[in-house]
Amino acid sequence: MSLLEINNLSVLFGAEAHPFAAVEGLDLSVSQGEIVGIVGESGSGKSVTMMAMMGLLEGQGRIVADKLRFDGKDLLTLSARERRKIIGKDISMIFQDPMTALNPSFTVGYQIMEVLKVHQGLSGSALKKRAIELMEMVEIPAAATRLDAYPHQLSGGMSQRVAIAMAIACNPKLLIADEPTTALDVTIQAQIMSLLVNLQKSHDMALILITHDLAVVAEVAHRLAVMYAGQVVEQGAIPDIFRKPQHPYTEALLSSIPEHSKGARRLNTLPGIVPGHYDRPSGCLLSPRCPYVADRCRAERPALLPNAAGAVRCYFPLSAKDAQ
Amino acid sequence: MFSFILRRLWLLVPSILGITLLTFGLIRMIPGDPVEVMVGERTLDPALHAAALHRLGLDKPLYLQYLDYAGSLLHGNLGQSLVTRVNVWDEFTTLFPATLELAISAMLFAVVVGLLAGVVAAIKRGSLFDHGVMGLSLTGFSMPIFWLGLLLIMLFSVRLGWTPVSGRIDLAFDIPVRTGLMTVDAWLAEHNDPANFAGAFKDALAHLILPSIALGTIPMAVIARMTRSSMLEVLREDYVRTARAKGLSPARVIFIHTLRNALIPVLTVVGLQVGTLMGGAVLTETIFSWPGIGKWLIDAIQRRDYPVVQNGILMVALLVILVNFIVDILYGIANPRIRHAK
Repeated sequence: MSLLEINNLSVLFGAEAHPFAAVEGLDLSVSQGEIVGIVGESGSGKSVTMMAMMGLLEGQGRIVADKLRFDGKDLLTLSARERRKIIGKDISMIFQDPMTALNPSFTVGYQIMEVLKVHQGLSGSALKKRAIELMEMVEIPAAATRLDAYPHQLSGGMSQRVAIAMAIACNPKLLIADEPTTALDVTIQAQIMSLLVNLQKSHDMALILITHDLAVVAEVAHRLAVMYAGQVVEQGAIPDIFRKPQHPYTEALLSSIPEHSKGARRLNTLPGIVPGHYDRPSGCLLSPRCPYVADRCRAERPALLPNAAGAVRCYFPLSAKDAQ
Repeated sequence: MFSFILRRLWLLVPSILGITLLTFGLIRMIPGDPVEVMVGERTLDPALHAAALHRLGLDKPLYLQYLDYAGSLLHGNLGQSLVTRVNVWDEFTTLFPATLELAISAMLFAVVVGLLAGVVAAIKRGSLFDHGVMGLSLTGFSMPIFWLGLLLIMLFSVRLGWTPVSGRIDLAFDIPVRTGLMTVDAWLAEHNDPANFAGAFKDALAHLILPSIALGTIPMAVIARMTRSSMLEVLREDYVRTARAKGLSPARVIFIHTLRNALIPVLTVVGLQVGTLMGGAVLTETIFSWPGIGKWLIDAIQRRDYPVVQNGILMVALLVILVNFIVDILYGIANPRIRHAK
């Protein structure tokens, strides 16, 4: 059984009468110990999905779903109090910009210990010991002395390590990393990524890796979900999805990786932008930008249909074209 | 932390120098001198006038007068009132506790009500409560103190008869002065001699309520608005989202992670409001016949009592500076980024 099961999740913003779906009919499941990558360009609904799942939208967005289960618990019917017992403990999240994600008024020790106090009731020397242990686990040098440091005294990479220490404090079953390396230097990015993967293995956590860096996903993830304009357009195992993308959007994403365009004068790009609130087409959301667009694509919206390797939301998957 | 305090202390020197220059200059810019004012409508023999001025040292060039003044200040000598011949320091210390009591009580009202209203308005942004608080605070901020004071007296003292009209305590009580703070003295008197002073403390408190509200309304409005906008800003911060993602209770997220950071700009505003408070005390004391330094300074200005005006205002200014100095230090404690700044 999957650890996390999301069925037909929509997140709606704005007025009741004319809602805007930032996420629409999203299906996703994650098993224990699995690394799932979610990729897509900015505004495709990657972060909003995870925030909605954790109940962090705070009344700004309305959440509708057929199923939203984590570890046997129905997150849809859970009271806010019950949900708070899970988040930060069994599901935890790290964010994009570590320099703003830590509270500037408290020492990093306080912020790590806070999680342990709230969720595990630790106190006194056991609390401090565990905090130092966690900081060592995320490879912060001289952990005991860093306990009293304030976030502004740490570099971005160190801050992200602190954020990770906070997130893994209660041995979560699921860790969501929302672009954990985007705001960091390239050299630090690799360190943080390998730290995350090591922790995932040693703690047997499930890891959802939200990113727009396909190279990272290719290296570490087991499965990949590609999102576009609030929908999952393709899902599949790695490396299949890299070898044989089924959806035109996935193909376009892959061909925009600089390494794939070696020798070309310009990077391959998909013209246009993700449709916003007022310019969503009635047909397939990619239809205005799709190089393979057909009449049917403009008229109807395709559903996400399972195929041999995973699932794809396209009337004319690319493998079918090859066969023709 | 120590060097932080030293650096801040060093910055006080030019402020104090500026204040002495300002008060010294401003009072001398008002037409008329102390002798003319004392004589009033009667004609004044120029020779006597000159002799009197000479005796007071007011015939010297201005820079010499200033140097004399600064010199005696450096010796800790605030001089005597030209009118009452009483030492300025003694007059100040006798009257100051009344003002202090009023100011503390007004500030307490302003901070408690302002903070609470601001926090709740921010959490319930756009609600009826939010609009109500913001509307009321704008009204309170725009209302002149003397007008608000009179309205309060009209309603609560005259119409409803809930509070006394003026003064610090009912004249029937002859409270022995211990601290100079009437509520404390009344409580002590009642505690030591319950038979003679029954109800004294309650009466002193009742006298304090209206002046505190009149004086505290403007700072309260400023604090409420500042707290609200500061809270709204911090609530959008990434670290508040982190705090929520940690599964902390809403109370913890609001009062520890948000308010702690939102308080930093509010703290500065509170410090600055102490100045407003001392200015407002002059009006409030006049309306409620509150025997503090506000009334004393007004009288001194009218009499061109140079030493009282110069040093009385200097004392008040020092107080405001001191409070803002303390606020600066608190600011450093509240905000580690400032404390560690080089």
